[in-house]
Amino acid sequence: MTSGKKILLLGGIALAVLGMTYGLWYAVFAEHQALDGIGASLSGAFSAAANRDAAASEKSLLQYREAKYAYDRQVDVHGHWIGLGMLLMVLAIGFDRVALSEKSKGFLATALFLGALLFPLGVLMQTASHGALPKAVAIGGSALVMISLAGITLGFALNQAPADE
Amino acid sequence: MATLESLTSQAGEKEGSLFAPMGARRLLVLTGIGMILVGMLFGDIFAVFVLHQNAARVGNSLAAAANAALAGDASAVGVNFQKTGEFLENRGTKVDTHVHLIGFGYLALMLAIVQPWVALSEAAKQRLAWLFLSGGILLPVGVFLIHYVGLARSPLAAIGWASIFADTSGLMVLLAVIGYLAGLVKKFRGGGAAVEDALLSDRDATGRMLLAGGLMLVLLGFAHGAYYAQADLYRHEAADYNILSQMSSSATAKNSAGINQALGDYGQLQGEKAVNIAAHAHSIEFGLLAMLVGFFQPYVSLREAWKRRWAIVMIIGSALLPACVLLELRFGLLAGGFADTGGLLVILALLAMWIGVLRYTGSLDAAALTAIRLGATQGGAQ
Repeated sequence: MTSGKKILLLGGIALAVLGMTYGLWYAVFAEHQALDGIGASLSGAFSAAANRDAAASEKSLLQYREAKYAYDRQVDVHGHWIGLGMLLMVLAIGFDRVALSEKSKGFLATALFLGALLFPLGVLMQTASHGALPKAVAIGGSALVMISLAGITLGFALNQAPADE
Repeated sequence: MATLESLTSQAGEKEGSLFAPMGARRLLVLTGIGMILVGMLFGDIFAVFVLHQNAARVGNSLAAAANAALAGDASAVGVNFQKTGEFLENRGTKVDTHVHLIGFGYLALMLAIVQPWVALSEAAKQRLAWLFLSGGILLPVGVFLIHYVGLARSPLAAIGWASIFADTSGLMVLLAVIGYLAGLVKKFRGGGAAVEDALLSDRDATGRMLLAGGLMLVLLGFAHGAYYAQADLYRHEAADYNILSQMSSSATAKNSAGINQALGDYGQLQGEKAVNIAAHAHSIEFGLLAMLVGFFQPYVSLREAWKRRWAIVMIIGSALLPACVLLELRFGLLAGGFADTGGLLVILALLAMWIGVLRYTGSLDAAALTAIRLGATQGGAQ
């Protein structure tokens, strides 16, 4: 098995395991609490509005915004790590059909694995910090995924002739 | 006399890729496609009979909470948000059931493909397959029951028995995948002879069509996701907060018109978010499915012309659903109807392929049985 294929296959399964482990941890220790927090802050905002307390209402809505922002990203991280892991595994299986040099294929596989690891990691980092670094990691990771995927698609397209088989 | 199982599993030990009865690969392929089919059917039934009605209930209870705030009735606000939470939990667990059943089906197909590279005994692979499939089926069942079981008799404050059941099933899946990963690592570290797998060396036109069409759908889905994240995601998140803020400040100021405006805007926003996320997710998932079933075409025992037709049906359905979901905001139910038709086409094509794989297993078993009978007859004659 070529190195590119190994990176995609082992990397894909490792990402799926990482996504599942994270999902399991999140479901057991964080999700219910997060959902309760979202519901309580939203309910608190409208209860405060009913009591004509605009400041308390606004404060609760800000808590809702923060909790919802984190919850959406935490769920997305779980889904994207597993989804990208599965894509890596599928591509590994068909990697022999990519008509590029082994060096290029190894480079594309490494870039795709790194992108698939970093893109959700950057999204997860956004729940801890709203600064530029998490966004840069997420954008860089997604760019790596897109570019390497485009390269692999090109490789598949070059291998259309039945004579190759 | 050797049994059918012992003969074919002995062969499976040698090849690792044989499609033995009750063998890991056959179990994972047949159950995996079955899980995807059931997950899709569940999703269709949920979309038609539950999703829209549930969305209307969520909207109504949110409107009731806003109007209770307008009337200065804080206790009614709490009651209505409690109802909203229940409706959202009902919806969320149904979506999770659909998504996890299909996701585990995909993973089962992928694990089936890599079986020849897993350096474990056939018996160990079978045990891992049973562990994976048991967890993969029980987790969605547990998630489905969360809404109905609630916290009844639960030893924990926030997590009910159904959640505990689902989480334990998730652990079973996780352990099985780790087991297969260990087998792969063992194979790669140990070296040894290169694995020849007839399944992957076969590159017929139908498989190529599904692979290319699937990859194109994945790319389109990624491109749409990237565009959405860049152009709409932060705008939608800001709008979510702004609209709710407008709703609560209108309630504080006893402004009924402001509340109604905000409720309308909120419904529109949720619709926009839902169609974009659904189009992104379905395009990528259907693309992956097309690529996966492309690899299994040698196992689909149908005439070449029919294999090609079902592949075309699958790709058309896979493209139709996300495209029409995106058009739902502009064309409403008409586009929704076309999207449902796309989903139905994918289900029909997948069902046809599953039947084809069943026919293949039947022909394999019949050939093995004939060989056993022939051997027995020759043995008896001597």
